[in-house]
Amino acid sequence: MRLPDAKIPPGPLEHKWQAWIDQHRLVGPNNRSGKNVIVIGTGLAGASAAASLAAQGFGVKSFCFQDSPRRAHSIAAQGGINASKDYANEGDSVRRLFADTMKGGDFRSREANVWRLAELSENIIDQAVAQGVPFNREYGGQLATRSFGGVLVQRTFYSRGQTGQQLLLGAYSALEQQVAAGNAVVHSRHEMLDVVIVDGEARGVIVRNLVTGEIERHAADAVILASGGYTNVYYLSTNAMGSNVTAAWRAHRHGALMANPSYTQIHPTCIPQSGEYQSKLTLMSESLRNDGRVWVPRKGGDDRPPAEIPEDERFYYLEERYPSFGNLAPRDIASRAAKVVCDDGLGVGPTGRGVYLDFRDAIAQRGRDVVEVRYGNLFEMYENITGENPYETPMMIYPAPHYAMGGLWVDYELQTTIPGLFAIGEANFSDHGANRLGASALMQALADGYFIVPHTVAHHLTADRESVSTTDSAFDTAQDAVESHITRLMDVGGTKAAQVFHRELGNVMLDYCGMARNAPGLEKALTEIGEIRENFWSDLRVDPGRDEFNQSLEYANRVSDFLELGELMCLDALRREESCGGHFREEYETDDGEALRDDERFAKVTAWEYQGDDGDPVPHDEQLSFENVKLATRSYK
Amino acid sequence: MNFTLEIWRQFDTGEEGRYEDFTVEGIDPEASFLEMLDQLNERLTEEERRTVAFDSDCREGICGTCSLVINDTPHGPRQVTSCQTYMRDFEDGATIRVEPFRSTTFPVIRDLVTDRSALDRVIQAGGYTGATTGPQPEPNSMPVAPEVQEKAMDAAICIGCGACVAACPNGAAMLFTGAKVTHLNLLPQGQAERGNRANSMVEQMDEEGFGGCTNFGECSRVCPQEISLDVIGMLNREYRKARLSRDPKDPPTMLAQ
Ligand SMILES: Cc1cc2nc3c(=O)[nH]c(=O)nc-3n(C[C@H](O)[C@H](O)[C@H](O)COP(=O)(O)OP(=O)(O)OC[C@H]3O[C@@H](n4cnc5c(N)ncnc54)[C@H](O)[C@@H]3O)c2cc1C
Ligand code: FES
Repeated sequence: MRLPDAKIPPGPLEHKWQAWIDQHRLVGPNNRSGKNVIVIGTGLAGASAAASLAAQGFGVKSFCFQDSPRRAHSIAAQGGINASKDYANEGDSVRRLFADTMKGGDFRSREANVWRLAELSENIIDQAVAQGVPFNREYGGQLATRSFGGVLVQRTFYSRGQTGQQLLLGAYSALEQQVAAGNAVVHSRHEMLDVVIVDGEARGVIVRNLVTGEIERHAADAVILASGGYTNVYYLSTNAMGSNVTAAWRAHRHGALMANPSYTQIHPTCIPQSGEYQSKLTLMSESLRNDGRVWVPRKGGDDRPPAEIPEDERFYYLEERYPSFGNLAPRDIASRAAKVVCDDGLGVGPTGRGVYLDFRDAIAQRGRDVVEVRYGNLFEMYENITGENPYETPMMIYPAPHYAMGGLWVDYELQTTIPGLFAIGEANFSDHGANRLGASALMQALADGYFIVPHTVAHHLTADRESVSTTDSAFDTAQDAVESHITRLMDVGGTKAAQVFHRELGNVMLDYCGMARNAPGLEKALTEIGEIRENFWSDLRVDPGRDEFNQSLEYANRVSDFLELGELMCLDALRREESCGGHFREEYETDDGEALRDDERFAKVTAWEYQGDDGDPVPHDEQLSFENVKLATRSYK
Repeated sequence: MNFTLEIWRQFDTGEEGRYEDFTVEGIDPEASFLEMLDQLNERLTEEERRTVAFDSDCREGICGTCSLVINDTPHGPRQVTSCQTYMRDFEDGATIRVEPFRSTTFPVIRDLVTDRSALDRVIQAGGYTGATTGPQPEPNSMPVAPEVQEKAMDAAICIGCGACVAACPNGAAMLFTGAKVTHLNLLPQGQAERGNRANSMVEQMDEEGFGGCTNFGECSRVCPQEISLDVIGMLNREYRKARLSRDPKDPPTMLAQ
């Protein structure tokens, strides 16, 4: 297989998207209801895509594994969403948002996609406000904005610390309106287990009804995967418990290429792990770094309470190392810096893997009220979980796996290498390169869902296709494969729950394919994952009963895919012999410990092709070209 | 810490349920309630016994998936979601009763898992502004005073968990519906559908079989988002206003008259 053309329209960067829009083909309004689209996922990307396509008049079937579309993982996003509206009158612009995103991603993303994202950002805010999203307002009633990491302007819009919730409820309500209008159907508690390919095109899916266990077939003219990210491969992460890679992975096994799988983001500000039983890590929004100062004691093992440590014995390591960005250094840099000080023995807390995030100065300067308005619910959440009050004592934080920049390879139309199969939101690899900037995931998920796929999928639907019935033999084959995978899981008959293996996988991934990676470590990880996989298939136990509600089966099925993904991530990290963004190879660093890119060899996207259970995955490279930004060593100093 | 758990077991919607007793030992006080159940399930798997079904996703109090009645109170003793309830909130050696959210509108699927899709259908009846995707007015052309935004937000933060319904002796969904109506009807963007919204959402509540409000106030007392009873007042006012402008053939029975 050769990597298909990315279909980037010719012409100047500023006009590419409009040029694409101007030439794309349309389906007449009367013919739309006969064209059907399946959307997997009801997060920001999926709900916005489903609502928008249904509003155009296409027949939409939407699926999610939660009991309601409103509960998708996007609901948990806290801090905000970027848009280059320049309300703060700082000279922000599409070009600046574009340049920040390119640089933030360490020059490993496509210029054309990133420009389009920046261009669409403003419409997203307008759309959300029209849906009744209550963004914070300034006195006078204008929309408020704040700063996020990696930028010097205030372009982040927010609804307290619940921006994801409010944006998702906006998209969800738009989708429910379409359900009421009869244009969309939502299948909650349904999990997609395979994509069905007829004559080389994605024409349907196999799903399991999670309540009855029934395996169902659904046909359509196009399939959109909006199934989210795969950071739960690390077991402990900030993602929701159910977030998983199955939809994307099953597409990958059918020939959709997986791009840059090793690009994952470890978020700097999370509540540290406290025990082995722990099931997830809780994020403390990056917005806190607007006012919180990050520090550790200068002396290792200093166990005085933080308030008693005098100013000159505090090491504000971000402010010292990165004077111009300070506490707002981008995530990859802030996370690694925390790891370095803890590796050096300066970490705090019971495990020594923690740093302080201190609001003392902000409260003194701006007053408790102001801090409360900005972060009240985050402070409450912190106190709830840890039992400590951040108004009085600094928060303790540590980096945690958070976001997957890697994902299914897509072209400019957000189509995967399987025609008719699109991927949007966190499930694709597109816009964030090797590191995502804060508040840009919500922007990307909604740009994809509201403003890009409604056009590119419509364009795809203009071609004449024979209608496909679910009795087609391709559905038989796909269903057989799904059934036999379930049989295999049910029949292992071992003694251990799937989380035991998941936890082991997570430890290996975090140790060897986390914030710092090196070749021997990655080799070791590959061996260990192989062993875990073997044990999984010989000692797994799931509850009996496949034709019924069975959570242990659901979970085991997801873990079986994580085990395969983990291997691919390590292979990808091994092959990329450079450091860039969140991918930090210890062999490749500058003298002062920063990431050392190798643009000569690796200014590329690596897209992996599946080769069967026993074959070695084959990498394909997409060369990136930079005509509108200067490739430079990233500096936030 | 050690606990005795009395957990509701029910194979499916049709089956009659019963309590089953379990003991859990050596639980870290910092473990969350759901993590304690995870540990129980891991052990049950080893003992080749069927695990206890319960719902959760975000485990940080925002998705509204978790839905346990703990010691007779929806979500447990602290007015936070089940997933934000920690074992340090219980006494060592205590016996804890765990049930699903109880309401005829939330049929049990298995054990502690219920079907709350009735709440989605209430939203389908009118919980939106009506804006479809496309060019929209510049937001700053319609200023919203910060106090109004705050008030709308206080209602908009509802997580749709349904604890209000489970707590209400009448099984009413007034707090849930009131929160959505309050959020949208306060904002300029929600004005076009204002009257319709209150009407059709109330009618849908009726159709789903939610009970009427007789001012017990239990809903707000268990709400993890601390949504105030004011939203019910607002819903009543909005609904009355809307009804004045139409013919009340079949007045829904939801509202305290
Ligand atoms: C705690 C937290 C805070 C964050 N804060 C911010 C922030 O402030 N700003 C920002 O920009 N980003 C933030 N992010 C990142 C952002 O929230 C996510 O990247 C984004 O919401 C992903 O949206 P999505 O629509 O792609 O996927 P998701 O919201 O993950 O949705 C995935 C959907 O797919 C469905 N699904 C998956 N697999 C299947 C299957 N096999 N069958 C059927 N359905 C399936 C699920 O049911 C779900 O509906 C945050 C992330 C976390 C974890
Ligand atoms: S699991 Fe999301 S609120 Fe409890």
